[in-house]
Amino acid sequence: MGDVMQNHPAATAARKSRTLRAQAAAGARIAQLLLGFACAFLFWYLTVDVWQLPRFANLPGPSEVFSEWFSPDPIYGLSFYTPDYYWHILHSLARVGVAFVLATLLGVPLGLLMGWSQRVREYVFPLFELLRPIPPLAWVPLAILMFHGTETPVIFLTFLAAFFATALNSMLGARSIDPSLIRAARCLGAGEWRLFSRIVVPGALPQVFSGLQISLGVAWFSLVAAEMVSGEYGLGYLINTGYSMATYPTIFIGMITLGVVGYLTSVVIRLIEHALLRWGNDEQGGRS
Amino acid sequence: MKRAAPTSIGHLKIEDAVKVYRSRNVETLAVDHCSLDIQPGEICMIVGPSGCGKTTLLNAVAGFHGLTSGRITLDGELLCGPGKPMAEPGPDRVVVFQNGALFPWMTVLDNVTFGPLSQKTMTTSEAREKARELLADAGLAGMEHRYPEQLSSGVRRRVEIARAMMNDPAVLLLDEPYRALDSLTRAMMHEALLEMHARRPVTILFITHDLEEAVFLGHRIVVMSARPCRPTLQMEIDIPHPRDYSITTSDAYRGYVESALDAVHLEAQKSFAANEAEARP
Ligand SMILES: Nc1ncnc2c1ncn2[C@@H]1O[C@H](COP(=O)(O)OP(=O)(O)OP(=O)(O)O)[C@@H](O)[C@H]1O
Ligand SMILES: [Mg+2]
Repeated sequence: MGDVMQNHPAATAARKSRTLRAQAAAGARIAQLLLGFACAFLFWYLTVDVWQLPRFANLPGPSEVFSEWFSPDPIYGLSFYTPDYYWHILHSLARVGVAFVLATLLGVPLGLLMGWSQRVREYVFPLFELLRPIPPLAWVPLAILMFHGTETPVIFLTFLAAFFATALNSMLGARSIDPSLIRAARCLGAGEWRLFSRIVVPGALPQVFSGLQISLGVAWFSLVAAEMVSGEYGLGYLINTGYSMATYPTIFIGMITLGVVGYLTSVVIRLIEHALLRWGNDEQGGRS
Repeated sequence: MKRAAPTSIGHLKIEDAVKVYRSRNVETLAVDHCSLDIQPGEICMIVGPSGCGKTTLLNAVAGFHGLTSGRITLDGELLCGPGKPMAEPGPDRVVVFQNGALFPWMTVLDNVTFGPLSQKTMTTSEAREKARELLADAGLAGMEHRYPEQLSSGVRRRVEIARAMMNDPAVLLLDEPYRALDSLTRAMMHEALLEMHARRPVTILFITHDLEEAVFLGHRIVVMSARPCRPTLQMEIDIPHPRDYSITTSDAYRGYVESALDAVHLEAQKSFAANEAEARP
């Protein structure tokens, strides 16, 4: 059977050529990625520094932004060498982290329960559907009235949209499970708890994780909005003050940093997902 | 009657089963006064036109839904009937599904041990030991740590049968389990199923569209009428078990396939005519 085939010379050769092909594909992907970045920077450079198009003339070009960013003695006070830079990143990361973890801890169980139990769904879902479309920014006044200090309102706003995205996707995940699997588990004598923990949870997990990706995205989105409204640190705050103080290179530094940090956090989630969902993404078929 | 080996458990009796589906203002009579008496260790093959109500009947036995009236007993014990609207799904009647229902996130070993570990009838090490034995018997040794996605569809079906047999069920309920397989794989599945049955003669209720499959596997074939479902013809297949593929060239086998074909063809025509009549107001 399959075991015998694994060690067959033809199978080994096929595996080797598959690895080579995979490496070639990865190389091509990196080349495409670099080319994409190069094009974007070229466009930025041409429009701002070379052609100086009317509406672009006020903006800093790539050379100005990067020399500021890498300067030990930045003109506008922010670069890789200033502790402030990391302080902003840390604040934003901590807020997103707290909000995201809270949204996950509350949203995943609630969503799975809503998907699993019709009773829970009937109670919670209408309320849920009514609150979900309210944009995070509309909660700003309420958040400021409800919470003390500067941190809690920002974290609350960041939490909100993330929570709804997580709960909704977890619910859909639980509902999307093949009914045959549930029937099979009942036939095999699984009680309600075992059914939930061994079938519903793992069955919903792929969709829970796509929910977490969305949740992380909207968490960053609401965070920046909230930091622009209140706060004294954070990347959103940095970008906003960059505008009001007319320190334009700082805006670019803030934006690019936001992109990179946001991307890295979503990579972390994807790594966790790959570690947990081993059964779904194994192409080699030879684990034992 | 020639049975693989005498057993005493697994006497499934369906008496006057009626099932009406009610949805808003439409009533569908799916099963109409259907009675079946399946002996312990018997392989009973159900054939019938598409949509006639075979799955409905099997699901009532499995406990996925209730009956409108009638009763189902297993070894004299009432599963579903007056005072008991619906049977409880349980490990005495394990279903093997058409599209397969192995849990994709569990290894073969975890799938196969899921039953006894859910019922808490065995410790983990006992269950693993028994699972390894069953898998080895089915020619699946070495597959224990694979995930279902890494297996061919034929191997998956055999694992699923092994998972069912782990519970020592009284009845195995199979709803077109081999429909999606190619004919070569299906032939292998048939022999594997009969081998398993020779080792452990469980009662089998097997739904199929494939008449050759029905004749090859069954002690008895029950041809169902077009909807509503009720037995119109029962055929004992008098070919001794254990069977292998050499019997498919015998005259007796051909004869059974032809008479089953005639009966099913007649029912299919009726069902087609009924649909025509329904379509014309
Ligand atoms: N939940 C339901 N509600 C209403 N009608 C249903 C329901 N399930 C099945 N039916 C109808 O009952 C009839 C019998 O369905 P069933 O699935 O039992 O047929 P079947 O013999 O298994 O068909 P097939 O050979 O296609 O699998 C069909 O006409 C179907 O449309
Ligand atoms: Mg069916």
